[in-house]
Amino acid sequence: MANAEEIQRIKKLAWDLRADIVRMIGVGKAGHLGGSCSLAETVAALYFGKMHFDPKALHDPNRDRFLVSKGHSVLVQYAALVELGAIPREEMGKLKTLGGKLQGHPDMMTPGMEAVTGSLGQGLSIATGMALALRLRKSPARVYVVIGDGELAEGQLWEAAMAAARYKLDSLTAILDRNRIQATGPTKEIFDIPNLEDKWRAFGWNVLNVDGHDVGPILDVLDKATAIKGGPTVIVADTVKGKGVSFAENTAAFHNGAMTREQYDQALVEIEESRRMVQ
Amino acid sequence: MTSPNLRSAYGASLVRLGKKDERVVALEADLGKSTQSVMFQAEFPDRYFQMGIAEQNMASTAAGFALSGMIPFIHSFAVFASGRTYDQLRNSICIPNLPVRICGSSAGLSDFGDGKTHQGVEDAALMRSLPNMTVLCPADSIEVEQMMDCMLDWPGPVYFRINRNDLPFVYPEGEPYSIGKVTRLREGNEAAIFGSGIMVSKALEAAKALETEGISTRVINISTIKPLDREAVIRYARGVDAIVTAEEHSIIGGIGSAVVEALRGVSHAPVEFVGVPDSFGISAEGYDELLVHFKLTSDEIARTVKTLLKGTEKCASVL
Repeated sequence: MANAEEIQRIKKLAWDLRADIVRMIGVGKAGHLGGSCSLAETVAALYFGKMHFDPKALHDPNRDRFLVSKGHSVLVQYAALVELGAIPREEMGKLKTLGGKLQGHPDMMTPGMEAVTGSLGQGLSIATGMALALRLRKSPARVYVVIGDGELAEGQLWEAAMAAARYKLDSLTAILDRNRIQATGPTKEIFDIPNLEDKWRAFGWNVLNVDGHDVGPILDVLDKATAIKGGPTVIVADTVKGKGVSFAENTAAFHNGAMTREQYDQALVEIEESRRMVQ
Repeated sequence: MTSPNLRSAYGASLVRLGKKDERVVALEADLGKSTQSVMFQAEFPDRYFQMGIAEQNMASTAAGFALSGMIPFIHSFAVFASGRTYDQLRNSICIPNLPVRICGSSAGLSDFGDGKTHQGVEDAALMRSLPNMTVLCPADSIEVEQMMDCMLDWPGPVYFRINRNDLPFVYPEGEPYSIGKVTRLREGNEAAIFGSGIMVSKALEAAKALETEGISTRVINISTIKPLDREAVIRYARGVDAIVTAEEHSIIGGIGSAVVEALRGVSHAPVEFVGVPDSFGISAEGYDELLVHFKLTSDEIARTVKTLLKGTEKCASVL
């Protein structure tokens, strides 16, 4: 169990990540606000709490790996790596610009990126390969990969799910960001995939559930996933797309939307207020 | 003694690399007996990963291996290794420029009986278009061995087009090999034939036949389709009156295209392609029968050379 002080520190950092996501996107430019904000607590819990990761040793062979298979949500990972000092803060203003290091989707030109993802459905396979290689090399490192609920329509994810179970990869944890909204609307309307937990169990995975915005339980569930041996674990994190920015919550409009000046200012005010309220 | 069979030479070479370097791992999609990755499995069961009939996952999994410091070899028939996995090769592997080795086995028409779905005649075109990808097509099993010896150090992804069959030995004894090398196998000053894979030995047969008719023909082996040594192509295309390319691949996007791309901007003799026209393959009872059906023969190469030379004469007489 994480202590209250640790939980409070990570909660505040999650709001810091949201503020940086909003700053990176800026005014009048499209950016993947929704799916990045839904991951803030998960990413904060991993980078600032759970993972063995030294921002000064990005190539340490025994570091824990973190990949975002739904690569458009990489903004939250950029924000965490900026916070850790792995990415220079000034890069935030150069997101998706020629000469900047922060690409629209994860790219190896950015410090701290572990893989190229963004063509959806490939990240779990890459994570599987990493976990297999690390086991072969007798490394204690763990591999964490975020997948999206809309992304689950990609067949390759289920190929990877079978492979990870076949090889009993207990160093692999998938985190399903179940925010229930995809690019063009609610996942239930666009392409409903019912009984998700049952499907994962049937594919040979251990399944854990968590409120994806509650830091204490997230830290606990990550510990549980680490403790489970003999097979991979998926954590189904129920989240709110656009969490923390009222006009972006639960709407496909901010899957990849542009904020007006007023919306930008409002978002930062709301985030700051939420951060202040952290107990 | 090297087997004349390309697949056997590949499997034996993979085992050799596995002995030399622990970073070598092999991934298979249930065609190991055909691709000969089973030879590696027998020797290194812990470094052999059966991924099931799921090529896309196999490709991206290999990316994960490479990102963790390994040198993964993935296997399937050429048509699936290049086509089924195209997006995974592009995004998981080629963008980050990872040292994944892709064995496209039973390339071209060599899987003669299985027909259109299994015959890979567009794979080189697909693979050539991917930035960072190296594309290799060995002309005999000696060249397979030579190529494989480069696989521990060569940076970035590599696609191998490997024929299913025994091929005559054509690689010159004692000739040092390096990826990118364009090798002249026969000297001649009237026509030049650029061949790859199985068509190299057929080009040599054609040149021999042409010699009896008094036509002096040089033969060049393009076993590195990409990166293509442009200077060498220009050099070997110089001073002849006819240039023919020969490949067991669609005439769209293969070595014919690559040679013409290399010759752009310089004046050169007329070029004609011997290859598969813009079509899929077809089932046949035997490989040779199929090669005749698609005119992938030494006779066709020789005929094409003569047709070009006649055309050149006509032009000269008009002038």
